Amino acid sequence: MLWVDKYRPHTLDKVMVHMEEAQHLKNLIALGDCPHLLFYGPSGAGKKTLIMALLREMYGPGAEKVKVENKPWKVEAGTRKLEIDLTTVSSNYHVEFSPSDAGFQDRYVVQEIIKDMAKSRPLDVAGTKGFKVLVLNEVDKLSREAQHSLRRTMEKYSSACRLILCCNSASKVIEAIRSRCLNIRISAPTKEDIVSVMQHVAKKENLQLPMGLAGRIALQSNRNLRAALLSFEACYVQQYPFSENQAVQATDWEQYVTEIANDIVTEQSPKRLFQVRGKLYELLSNCIPPEIILKRLLVELMRKLDSELKREVCHWAAHYEHRMQLGQKAIFHLEAFVAKFMSIYKRFLIANFG
Amino acid sequence: MCSIVLRFGGAVETHRSSSGKLFVGCSCFTVHLLYVWQRGLRVADQVRRSPLYIPASGSWERLEAQSVFMMAGRQQSTQQWVEKYRPKQVKDVAYQDEVVKTLTNTLETGNLPHLLFYGPPGTGKTSTALALAHQLFGPALYKSRVLELNASDDRGINVVRTKIKDFAAIAVGNSHTAPDYPCPPFKIIILDEADSMTEDAQNALRRTMETYSKVTRFCFICNYVSRIIEPLASRCAKYRFKPLNEDIMTIRVRHVCQEEGIQLSPEALSTLSKVSGGDLRRAITVLQSAARLYGSSISGANIISVSGVVPDDVLDSFVAACKSGQFDKAQAVVSNIIAEGYPASQILNQLFDIVVSSPDITDEQKARILERIAETDKALIDGADEFLQLLDVASNTLGALCNLSQELTAF
Ligand SMILES: Nc1ncnc2c1ncn2[C@@H]1O[C@H](COP(=O)(O)OP(=O)(O)O)[C@@H](O)[C@H]1O
Ligand SMILES: [Mg+2]
Repeated sequence: MLWVDKYRPHTLDKVMVHMEEAQHLKNLIALGDCPHLLFYGPSGAGKKTLIMALLREMYGPGAEKVKVENKPWKVEAGTRKLEIDLTTVSSNYHVEFSPSDAGFQDRYVVQEIIKDMAKSRPLDVAGTKGFKVLVLNEVDKLSREAQHSLRRTMEKYSSACRLILCCNSASKVIEAIRSRCLNIRISAPTKEDIVSVMQHVAKKENLQLPMGLAGRIALQSNRNLRAALLSFEACYVQQYPFSENQAVQATDWEQYVTEIANDIVTEQSPKRLFQVRGKLYELLSNCIPPEIILKRLLVELMRKLDSELKREVCHWAAHYEHRMQLGQKAIFHLEAFVAKFMSIYKRFLIANFG
Repeated sequence: MCSIVLRFGGAVETHRSSSGKLFVGCSCFTVHLLYVWQRGLRVADQVRRSPLYIPASGSWERLEAQSVFMMAGRQQSTQQWVEKYRPKQVKDVAYQDEVVKTLTNTLETGNLPHLLFYGPPGTGKTSTALALAHQLFGPALYKSRVLELNASDDRGINVVRTKIKDFAAIAVGNSHTAPDYPCPPFKIIILDEADSMTEDAQNALRRTMETYSKVTRFCFICNYVSRIIEPLASRCAKYRFKPLNEDIMTIRVRHVCQEEGIQLSPEALSTLSKVSGGDLRRAITVLQSAARLYGSSISGANIISVSGVVPDDVLDSFVAACKSGQFDKAQAVVSNIIAEGYPASQILNQLFDIVVSSPDITDEQKARILERIAETDKALIDGADEFLQLLDVASNTLGALCNLSQELTAF
């Protein structure tokens, strides 16, 4: 088992970051009822861990006995009958899934499936809280229509069912939903938090972890605990005993984006654009989300640019990423950004150095 | 099947039979009543209205609170406070005097036009419509006379042509009336959150509305009146629901605090009305959240942290970084904001307020900054990335505040 999974805290008492939030959640449950919850914050911050620990606190270890099912749900959409495939993770007490998996049909998931689930009480009333929990992931990816459908469901069936919503960016969740939930912001762990978790893991594994190395791993993880633990384990596989100045490898795709950034700063030509296109394709075909690629590329470019260019380049990155969300094919917009960058940069070079 | 024993003076017992009927029996001052179970709060409501009710010490409010609480333990977990404190009668709706006056009149005469309620969230629109329907027909007839549809129901064009039309077409006789209720000879169709209905579906409604206007009244509820097509809107009496003012807000919040046994410092109270901006639902939800997380004694900081409002110092550092003219500083601040998980849209809201009211920013600078905020708001709605959008706003604000050339492509 990977260390990230092996050392995932299972109870609210054991969490090592977000201890304050965990304590609040405990108070919340101690009162016997709980409102709908919306967890938001960057990925890798620990939302899922908290939610699982919360469920366990509510229902005991039974909440961790989950089964994963993938089944088609039949729903009636007006006159048509649809079948929607959903993967659910469920215990006796809760059901977890991502309604946005249904794509443009997500509205029906909310209107029919979630409503059905919300209406029926949990089977075994004696041991439970009298309500069950629906954990909905990635609610920020739900269409507006689906989100609107959710809002009244939340009020109407609140006696039999609690929703725990989870998302990265709260901006994309409509106000009507946010105002019906207890919003819990989960910030990314600080560098210090990450170092202390790594020290904890090192102790459990009986390893000597030099502070310098720990600091560099934490820094490179960009406040993402999952990434930090993974690269910590990678370092261990690569070389143990650790040395203070051992190299911390960035992940493959990150190195690849760095290469692209170098490519386009060193040469601006149609030929180079063509080569870069191949690399972008490769990243996309490895399932790296396009907005992540673009963001990383921008950050890499910013390191190399003169400050007078930065404002312009960052504007175009925002511009093309926005278009990418509206458009269909990500590669067009990634490439457009690269081309735009090349032209700006070339003009800048000519103006300044002739 | 379950039974709950409530303590009140003597013991009040309620039994819920499997058929959904609720019996309330009170051993100390014989109250018997039979009530169709609909909502948690109704029990106490019914008991109170019963002619046999003889108040002893204590108050029915207490019983109400207690009954809800007791049920919580068993099978109905405690209600959300917004539901619990939803006005049950039209006259309880605060601050919306015009509509309350008209509807109170309606309750006497039984005359009702089609209605269109519009206004910002949490101002009492849904509550008013539901209260009106309940007061007109009472629990016995409610199901047969009132159809309530909202955005969680499918209201596409097909439903309009079938479900809504069928309901609208049902004739109502004068014979089916409930004593103590006006029971006017029509049905009500409440279309809540009507702004989420497509234009096609709304168009399909026109005919239904016309054809069955004798036996059916429509009540549309929406946030923006412009989202309702003109032919529908023009047939309705329109009522605008205003954002509640601070005084009313304070009174309602105080009331909830008293009922729930919560200490709210004056500073917390004013913070609460500030962050909720006239939306009472939001105020009550924030209050409940804070009470759940921090216990019964709540400070202003507690309110801020559950309300999703970004603390002032975060915005201060954002503005300071922009003023410094150093892009890297601004980028660091933006990265930090995103890592902390603050929603970009919220940052924009608050930045907007700061910029507009800041005396040392010139009008031209304000215009430059606000234009980009507006564009970014749209981009975020379209699903654009928060980091990139916020960085763009920061960089543009920086340019404006430092009077850098607006023309980016200067080379
Ligand atoms: N004018 C009002 N008077 C009393 N309570 C109100 C009023 N407006 C809102 N509320 C409170 O806010 C909650 C939500 O109100 P609701 O009627 O659903 O708002 P909306 O206008 O969004 O339909 C209610 O449960 C009630 O507690
Ligand atoms: Mg409403």
